[in-house]
Amino acid sequence: MVSIKGGEYIPLYGRDSMKVKINDFLMDVYPVTNKEYIDFVKKYPKWQKSKVIKLFADESYLRAWKSDTILGENQKEQSPITQVSWFAAKEYCECQGKRLPTVDEWEYVAMANKTIPDARKEKEYNAFILGWYEKPKTFNQTIGSTFKNYWNVYDLHGLVWEWTSDFNSVLISGESRKDVDTDNNLFCGSAAINATDLMNYAAFMRYAIRGSLKAKYTMKNLGFRCVKDNKK
Amino acid sequence: MKLLKPVFLLIVASLLLTSCKEESKKELAKVDSSTIYIKGTMDAELTSPPFVPEPVGNRTAKKLLVNMEILEKEGEMTDGVKYVYWTFGGSVPGSFIRTRVGDEIEFTLSNHPDNKLPHNIDMHAVTGPGGGATSSFVAPGHNKTFSFKALNPGLFVYHCATAPVGMHIANGMYGLILVEPAGGLPKVDKEYYIMQGDFYTKGATDEKGLQPFDMTKAIKEDADYVVFNGKVGALTGDNAITANVGETVRLFVGNGGPNLTSSFHVIGEIFDKVHVEGGDLINTNVQTTSIPSGGAAIVEFKVEVPGTFIIVDHAIFRAFNKGALGMLKVTGEENKKLYSGIKQEGIYHPEGGTIQTMPNDNKEKVVVSTTEKPLAKKIADGKQLYMTTCFACHQAEGQGIPNAFPPLAKSDYLNADVKRAVGIVLHGKTGEITVNGNKYNSVMTKQTLSEEEIADVLTYVYNSWGNNKTNVSIKTVQEVKSSH
Repeated sequence: MVSIKGGEYIPLYGRDSMKVKINDFLMDVYPVTNKEYIDFVKKYPKWQKSKVIKLFADESYLRAWKSDTILGENQKEQSPITQVSWFAAKEYCECQGKRLPTVDEWEYVAMANKTIPDARKEKEYNAFILGWYEKPKTFNQTIGSTFKNYWNVYDLHGLVWEWTSDFNSVLISGESRKDVDTDNNLFCGSAAINATDLMNYAAFMRYAIRGSLKAKYTMKNLGFRCVKDNKK
Repeated sequence: MKLLKPVFLLIVASLLLTSCKEESKKELAKVDSSTIYIKGTMDAELTSPPFVPEPVGNRTAKKLLVNMEILEKEGEMTDGVKYVYWTFGGSVPGSFIRTRVGDEIEFTLSNHPDNKLPHNIDMHAVTGPGGGATSSFVAPGHNKTFSFKALNPGLFVYHCATAPVGMHIANGMYGLILVEPAGGLPKVDKEYYIMQGDFYTKGATDEKGLQPFDMTKAIKEDADYVVFNGKVGALTGDNAITANVGETVRLFVGNGGPNLTSSFHVIGEIFDKVHVEGGDLINTNVQTTSIPSGGAAIVEFKVEVPGTFIIVDHAIFRAFNKGALGMLKVTGEENKKLYSGIKQEGIYHPEGGTIQTMPNDNKEKVVVSTTEKPLAKKIADGKQLYMTTCFACHQAEGQGIPNAFPPLAKSDYLNADVKRAVGIVLHGKTGEITVNGNKYNSVMTKQTLSEEEIADVLTYVYNSWGNNKTNVSIKTVQEVKSSH
């Protein structure tokens, strides 16, 4: 883990008056890997795919795995674990003495590029994220294959989406255009006029994907990493 | 007079009667669609453009099951230009849905597990929140089902409405759903599905390689491509739609946008009938019909003469420079009464000089001056002619228009045979040719240029854009001319 120095930042959906305070915390350098998750399910068999409670994971949970503890043929040990539910991810982190990051924590760290903590206005930063949406099957890559950012954290962009503890606290309903009326703090791309940064639409896609999820959902493109409070 | 009066009354009475009848017909048409009884269940037939499913005809209203899959996949915008399309059913525009008023459509939207993004569908045929978008928002690897009753007949657009909405539409997430009136639409011979869309790429128009979507250009409404059916050439050459002389053609035309309104036009045809904006209002004898983004129109016409009819957005730079070109190829007997082709050709002197013709029987050799201009002068004069005569089709840099007009730049076809090139300028050319490995099948009309002008313009072409620098002489032009 690496330490992240807290601070204030304006989320994408916010304005100057809406600064969010982030405390210092520690974050995993990489997303959790297949190998690490195998070790986890060996230790906690209730999270094996044949035993998992249906309420906590949908039918696609670990679907690509050959068996309860063996990866699928084309899967690599060092690729990020995907097809896990929020319940599973949350428990994984807790078993490590950690927790899932909040949306704000995740977004705070993820707005850094290689050299500066807030690169959201950098053209190349946005181009890289958007380019990712157009690359198929990036979940097959291994961890560390993207870039190390300002905080020495890898793979926040370009590998897989990641679970956050409060992924559904910013509600995007199925009707993205209606949300403009229901929550004035958040707009959803269709009416971009009150955005703080018109061009940062990559982030809206993250909010959209989070909005489409339920806690038991699992997806090929969705993994996670853990964080920990920094108690000095 | 006494006799006339009852007759007059009868006429008035019958007029009143017919108008009453019409009135009651209208009343009949206003059946409350929500109460139409449903009998049985059937699977919907879905088709990729330019094809449409079988007509509904006069079947009773049913529960219609529609299964549509969302696929994010790479495709080709035009030769060498790749683009990642987001699709409904694997095609842009998405699968065509055909239903009838009163049907209850049970719609299942499946988001492929390999996809990166959540999506949904807003169907303009739906009466309900978000046009169904609220109920169909679906994460990758999941599906959602909702149902709606088709209350209004018409041709309706559907599209994705997930944030950022414009981007989902710009990447190709739109299509058409036809709701036929009770009893169905009148029968026609051929039906096709055409949908316009505008695309925005990081690179300039025609810049090769995988081109990412460009949000800045999209917001500025500065489209790099305006195309029918998702890509340049989706409706030209081998992909042209077809009909036979005497047949009635019905086009279901949509406009996915996201930004641009279409001035839909078929060159050389007049629409006998247009369902304005896809609704009940019928206009007749229409040249160009306006289709708003997120709107549609049904156009119908009979094809009376053979030939290739070019389909365009008559905002014409889009057609010839951004891809909005399609073709309808009509085969069959010519009808010289309706269209003669070229009847005769002559010289026109606006100053009123008498037109001199050489008597045919008197075959004396005409000595024409063959004084050749210097090469540089020829090229300069030729360039001027090119810009007024050839530019529109073959383009400023001789690059041509993919799938429509062959390139002149570095053209193997051109460089292989000067006399053939002269012949084409003199006599025109129709039919398939292969230029630099690509097939073209279009029409070049014969050019009314003097021998000297032909020599000039061809010399310019041969001395530009990497061609073989042939100096075409007036003599060569004359030789070709007399050999015919």
